[in-house]
Amino acid sequence: MSSVRRLALAILLAVGGLSLAADWLSPASYRTQFREAPNSPPSRQHLLGTDAMGRDRFSRLLYGTRISLTLAPAAAAVSTVLGILLGGLTGYLGGAWARLGMATTDLFLSLPWLFLLITVRALLPLNVSPLTSVLITFLILGLLGWAASARVLCAASQSLRKSSFVLQARASGLHGVRLFLVHVLPNLKPVLLAQFWISIPVFILSEANLGILGLGVTEPLPSWGSLLRELEGLLSFHQEPWKLAPLILLMIVVTSFQLVLSKEETAA
Amino acid sequence: MVWKKILRRLSAMLATLLVAGLLAATLVRFAPGFDADERELDPHLNRESVQALHQSRLSEHNILAFYSNYLRNAVHGELGRSRSLDQPVLSLLRDRWPVTARLVAIGLFLAWTLALGLAISGALIRWSPYDVLGTSVSGIALCIPAAVLALLSVLLRIPGEAVVACIVFPKVYRYTRNLIGKTYSQPHITSARSRGLSEMRILLWHVFPIIGPQMAALAGISVGIAVGATVAVESLLGLPGLGQLAWQAALARDLPLLINLTLVITLVTLLANSSGDLIAEMFRSSEA
Amino acid sequence: MIRRLLCSAFCLLLISAGSWAQGGGELRFCLRGEPKTFDPLKVDDEPSLSIRYLTGGVLVRIDRKTQELQPELAKTWKLSKDSREITFTLRHGILFSDGTPFSVGDVAYTVERLMDPALHSSTGDAFRSGSGKVATKITGSDQISITFPASVTGLDRLFDQVAMVSAHSPHKESAVLGPFMVAEYKPGSSVLLRRNPNYWKKDTQGRQLPYLDSIHLDIQPNRDIEMLRFTRGELDIINAIDTEYFDRLASTNSKVVHDAGVSLDSEQLWFNQVNTAPIPAYKRAWFQSTNFRRAVSLAINRGDLARVVFNGHARPAVGPVSPANKFWFNAKLTSDPNDPAAALQRLQKDGFHLQNGNLLDKDGNPVEFSIVTNAGSKARERMAVLMQEDLQKIGMKVNVVPLDFPSLIERISQKFNYEAAILGFANVDLDPNGQMNIWLSSAENHAWNPLQKSPQTSWEAEIDRLMRLQASSGDPRKRKESFDRVQEIVVEQVPFIFLVNKDALSAVSPALENADPVILHPQTFWNAERLTLNSAIRASR
Repeated sequence: MSSVRRLALAILLAVGGLSLAADWLSPASYRTQFREAPNSPPSRQHLLGTDAMGRDRFSRLLYGTRISLTLAPAAAAVSTVLGILLGGLTGYLGGAWARLGMATTDLFLSLPWLFLLITVRALLPLNVSPLTSVLITFLILGLLGWAASARVLCAASQSLRKSSFVLQARASGLHGVRLFLVHVLPNLKPVLLAQFWISIPVFILSEANLGILGLGVTEPLPSWGSLLRELEGLLSFHQEPWKLAPLILLMIVVTSFQLVLSKEETAA
Repeated sequence: MVWKKILRRLSAMLATLLVAGLLAATLVRFAPGFDADERELDPHLNRESVQALHQSRLSEHNILAFYSNYLRNAVHGELGRSRSLDQPVLSLLRDRWPVTARLVAIGLFLAWTLALGLAISGALIRWSPYDVLGTSVSGIALCIPAAVLALLSVLLRIPGEAVVACIVFPKVYRYTRNLIGKTYSQPHITSARSRGLSEMRILLWHVFPIIGPQMAALAGISVGIAVGATVAVESLLGLPGLGQLAWQAALARDLPLLINLTLVITLVTLLANSSGDLIAEMFRSSEA
Repeated sequence: MIRRLLCSAFCLLLISAGSWAQGGGELRFCLRGEPKTFDPLKVDDEPSLSIRYLTGGVLVRIDRKTQELQPELAKTWKLSKDSREITFTLRHGILFSDGTPFSVGDVAYTVERLMDPALHSSTGDAFRSGSGKVATKITGSDQISITFPASVTGLDRLFDQVAMVSAHSPHKESAVLGPFMVAEYKPGSSVLLRRNPNYWKKDTQGRQLPYLDSIHLDIQPNRDIEMLRFTRGELDIINAIDTEYFDRLASTNSKVVHDAGVSLDSEQLWFNQVNTAPIPAYKRAWFQSTNFRRAVSLAINRGDLARVVFNGHARPAVGPVSPANKFWFNAKLTSDPNDPAAALQRLQKDGFHLQNGNLLDKDGNPVEFSIVTNAGSKARERMAVLMQEDLQKIGMKVNVVPLDFPSLIERISQKFNYEAAILGFANVDLDPNGQMNIWLSSAENHAWNPLQKSPQTSWEAEIDRLMRLQASSGDPRKRKESFDRVQEIVVEQVPFIFLVNKDALSAVSPALENADPVILHPQTFWNAERLTLNSAIRASR
């Protein structure tokens, strides 16, 4: 393993470990409001300062990492699996199946899903626990996020079904799902992994935006998305650089993910 | 045969368009807040006026009737009137599409140029720190929220097209980099190199034909991503395009406007993806 | 050659001296949304309201600084004792912006359009006091009487909102009488107003107003970008600036920010008391209990709300009227102090008790409810989060649910499937009559339990009686007595838990002269006709 990949892996393990140890490491609960010191700069008591309601930003970052780091990859996995089924498999089957799959995908990409999300919020009880709300949010993101990759997977599958090694495998008696799983799916890995890694930060950011619909992580539970929303009013980054901590952490984690498995993405 | 194929494709597109319009109308109609109007909260309005507000939406309650009526009028060029802006939809679309078209076109051009440039050069140079750089740049761009990108663009006086490019680039780059990287690791590329073929020849004759179908599909998808990005970019930067219109229409539950915008977006998506499919088929048939 | 040059230079000097004498320059600021209409009689939204203020000519104008009614297009007016009839005497020689003469016929036409039952605008509805036609009678070449079917409280002041429309101009609503006129409208982008060349007003030195050549209004809903552009000098004013930005600007240049003091605006929380609301009966019972509502009011730390959420640019609200409304504010009232112990005592009266830190009602149901508010309002979301912690101290579990505005309106006005809500009153009328539809139990905007066939509680019946009494009385002192009592009842029964009254904050570029921000809308450009830009800025634009 190269040194870069080792470093990336170490970073991921460290971030994961720190977030799991949030209960012991955080100087305060993520919800405690130090109302005498809202929007305060970093200090010994508050390593990353406090937010607009006086809550310790470092504590919220630790707890928020736990939520986002667990659920965003899970949602990305859901969307990737759906992409395989609705894109990869239909492309492999070809003919009318491929045409139907792609028409469904195009339809899916065009519809204003905002209204479905608003309807989901309306159907949910108002008093849903923050954890349930966040689980539902990421599940919805996973269920809605498959369409873009499905198209690329379909195109890749359609090319592969006529490739020589697939024809050879078919000639030697391998058919159907087994042929797909053994010979086609591994060759879709570059697209699958690209989809997976792109989805993680996209879902984290989308979760924050879903807050305007009443979905997403509800107060006082923190997430990377809600922490990143603080940046929307940040006009002078150099004056309050500590507020960039969630963004920098997200960048480091996403880049580390991509570096750790970059070899897998391009392996033949 | 070719005509048959084209006709079949056009019919499928038309069917998709009609279904998209109906589904969008249904989603909007049954979403919460459809009948709500913020003027209801104005204490100066009397009961009759509030009732008049509710009555004004009655014609949109039966979605099938509304949609068939809309289609009938649309055939004659009448696209309805926006409820929230009180203007003909046709004139709104006509005034605003150039802004969005420009954002999408230039944004896509910049995104693809950067993505392809980084991916291809990475494959040619074969130097892992360079790949790490590309990965980091795309990772960083992927993580920045659209609102922050918009703020940065105003701070640094960068045009909105660059913001769209920043949103599209990391997604295009990751797929492109993986596809190109995987193809370069195939045995036939090693064989081509050992026979002394130039890198440009390998790229054009042995790499692109293999990844052509996926890249074509990706190109089609990227149009959809760019169009989606315009909603956020135009709303945040105050650019009077279709994206800003879509966001305003969604907040106001403006059914006539939303149906038209959905149809426009569906049409653009279908054209982009169909073009991608056609190019992919050309690649596959040339391979065969 | 030299003579020609000298001549040209002299001409240039004359021209610039002339333009110097006029003032000039282009004022720039933002509208927070798309204006929905340019028809002054149909205006309901804030952007359209701003444009109407700048372009519309009114018969009388409430001076935004002194809050006194001043003559405008009408040089005098006379209000009948029963507030049913008002007679205006117009100024002579006034022209619309397109040169069409303004006359009593235009006033009659405007009133006729305003009172058209099909118009359905808040401007028109404010005049509707009873069934029957409104009669206009032209009693002279410059005099007109308008008679309403029933008494209209504060009738004269209502004409501050009625911009005159020409009956004869081919340009219809585009022909205006105000200091500016709409020159260009780019949907989604901007509105350009130019000086009305026929504006009737002159300053004390005989110079024609307005001083400014034009006003450029950018349509920009994003406040962060508005702030950024202001700091770069691309904008001249920010009307109603957020507290965070106010303090940020103040730290770099205190001269550009203005705190005009407490405004008329308020923020409040209320509980759903609708009998048919789809919420559990035991929760409805809580919300309908005065003890419960008072306990919540006592548990909330209003001082922290004002200090933490608004950075001190707000003060704890007392009741339904802001102290900025000097005449109508009941100065004897005080807001509930932050007293969790007293809150628990109140709750115990209704059988609530604490168990392991959680509050349970007399049947053992844990006290948990949601507060909905509009997403996108950072202040309201933050207030909700602070209150969530305050109420947790007395064992209540609160879920904060920000919703998009249409969904929120549907819940609180139509389906009533909510438990508690936070919203605010903005652009509040000075006269309480403007809030009849809030306080009357049979009205739509009686937020906690609207459209009651008969008042559900004795205190609501009493409020109904008092509001009708003050509306029918012509004596300001008697009206005040009645409305003071309404305020007392509201503070006792807390159907609205008033939280804070915000300060009127604005930012004004040092390039702008004669600016004098006030608390009434429009805070910074209420005297737009007298605003001017300093010479250096004028030259650069």
